[in-house]
Amino acid sequence: MATDRAPRPRPAWVSQILLTVVLLCYLFPFVWMVATALKPADEIFRKPPTLVGSRLEWANFAGALDHLPLWRLLWNSVFTSALGALLVVVVSVPAAYAFARLRFRGSNALFVCFLGTLMVPQEVIVTPMFLLTRELGWDNSYQALVLPWAFTAFGTFLLRQFFRTIPVELEEAAMLDGASRPRVLWSVIVPIARPAIAVLAVFTFLTYWNSFLWPLVIVSSMDMATVPLGLQMFLGQSGNRWDLLMAAATLAVVPMVVVVLLLQRHLVRGIALSGLGGR
Amino acid sequence: MSTHLAARRSRARARDGWAALGFLSPMVIGFGLFMVYPLIASIVVSLYDWPVFGERTFVGLDNYRSLLDASTFWTVLRNTLVFVLAYVPANIAISLGLAVWISPRIRGRGLYRALFFLPAVTPLVANAVVWQVIFSPGGFAASTWSSVTGGEAPNFLGSSTWAMAVVVMLSLWQGIGYNLLIFSAGLDALPEDVMEAATLDGAGTVRRFWSIVLPLLSPSLFFALVMTLISSFQVFAQPFVLTGGGPGDATETLVTYLYRTGFERFDMGMASAVAWVVFGLIMLVTALQFLGQRRWVHYGD
Repeated sequence: MATDRAPRPRPAWVSQILLTVVLLCYLFPFVWMVATALKPADEIFRKPPTLVGSRLEWANFAGALDHLPLWRLLWNSVFTSALGALLVVVVSVPAAYAFARLRFRGSNALFVCFLGTLMVPQEVIVTPMFLLTRELGWDNSYQALVLPWAFTAFGTFLLRQFFRTIPVELEEAAMLDGASRPRVLWSVIVPIARPAIAVLAVFTFLTYWNSFLWPLVIVSSMDMATVPLGLQMFLGQSGNRWDLLMAAATLAVVPMVVVVLLLQRHLVRGIALSGLGGR
Repeated sequence: MSTHLAARRSRARARDGWAALGFLSPMVIGFGLFMVYPLIASIVVSLYDWPVFGERTFVGLDNYRSLLDASTFWTVLRNTLVFVLAYVPANIAISLGLAVWISPRIRGRGLYRALFFLPAVTPLVANAVVWQVIFSPGGFAASTWSSVTGGEAPNFLGSSTWAMAVVVMLSLWQGIGYNLLIFSAGLDALPEDVMEAATLDGAGTVRRFWSIVLPLLSPSLFFALVMTLISSFQVFAQPFVLTGGGPGDATETLVTYLYRTGFERFDMGMASAVAWVVFGLIMLVTALQFLGQRRWVHYGD
């Protein structure tokens, strides 16, 4: 009989401590990054490795800021990511509503056309996009960083799925009161769909934020570079100033740590609410 | 009465048509210019000898032919497949394991999830540069290796066997966060009474996981698998920054090869041909997954 019993689960605190150890190992590269950023240059590759050098070299941060226009890079990244997210939301919301609710000729054909491009990877169109943006005279500009990737089917698809779960009766009531379609969209649908819209905005922001291939292709000067590209350029120029590179990396990582900690409650809930997880 | 109703309906429909036009046109115009046009153009470009500067000439399928003849292409294809086969199963297993581990019994679950998610949002070049410092000769990994084993440490990024392993590890480090969140959302949505009933029946943790949690979670699992596979075929920044595709071409992937062809050798036609090969592979693998999903994915009741 005893052999049939399910094994006793580990006590919660053991599980918790083990998990914390795993987490600390997981975050070790960040720890090493900060540690290296604070070491004198000649102590970075010491054997055996030590976490702290003979002194804390705060000057590395000033040095990084001298060599790398970090504030400019951060601004470029935040600005293009925020603008991209805003643009995607602004064009996707009405388009998604049209597909979800309005009956018009060719709606199915058009929607299938949209869906067909969901799987097209960026690489397939990066070459003609490069030729097109050069043709438009946009290379090395904000519009080249933002516009080409703001009209993807993903946002429209995600929001359409969400809009369709909203009971039609809510809109019909508003329409009987004489509200127009734009009015219904703005004051009935958008407030209900706010979580899904927020998720779309956050994920679009992150996509722009982490985008590397496109900035690498289209941006040629440091003052238009985003954070990833700027770090890459710096790496190319001064390959062995690891102390400065780690200081720059630290300064680039810190804002995201703050953002993630602030948003921690919403991360999982957002995915659950928006149906992004395949449900 | 009924004609009256029909007239009203068709008026409503006409109004809908105008509203749809207004609602859709910003998206459709942008979509046409920045998606449909480049998509068609990329087919056209792939049929040309198309240098960035200078004359372009129509060459038909020659780009594809010389691509398939180039030994480099087969090397980067093999590298990409090795990456996909190592990365995707490990990513799914680790992120699913962590999601289950961070169960309701863990205090501060949100914080754990957020911190495991962190490398997914920190600038990926920053991530890669940190890994470069850790794995470069004389760095943390090498010094630790020689202190522990007493022997000479391998040159991780300079050895053709180790370099790909480090690329995979870096990709896992920054890639599992997304799937962790997706699985967590899926787990949180599981009906509590089912889990409780399973416990009362005496189902052990392991059996409960395989026979109840996993089938209920299968839609999330399918979604994560499809997305992770698609993105793994497109791996670019990690090898590009960490190893530069080296040593030799040991970590050169399809997309780093595409970049070098198009934007270092400025051969737009050949780059587009590579792009279509990547796309073809992704479509094939995704189609296979959708065909296979009926066997193991359970939607709803």
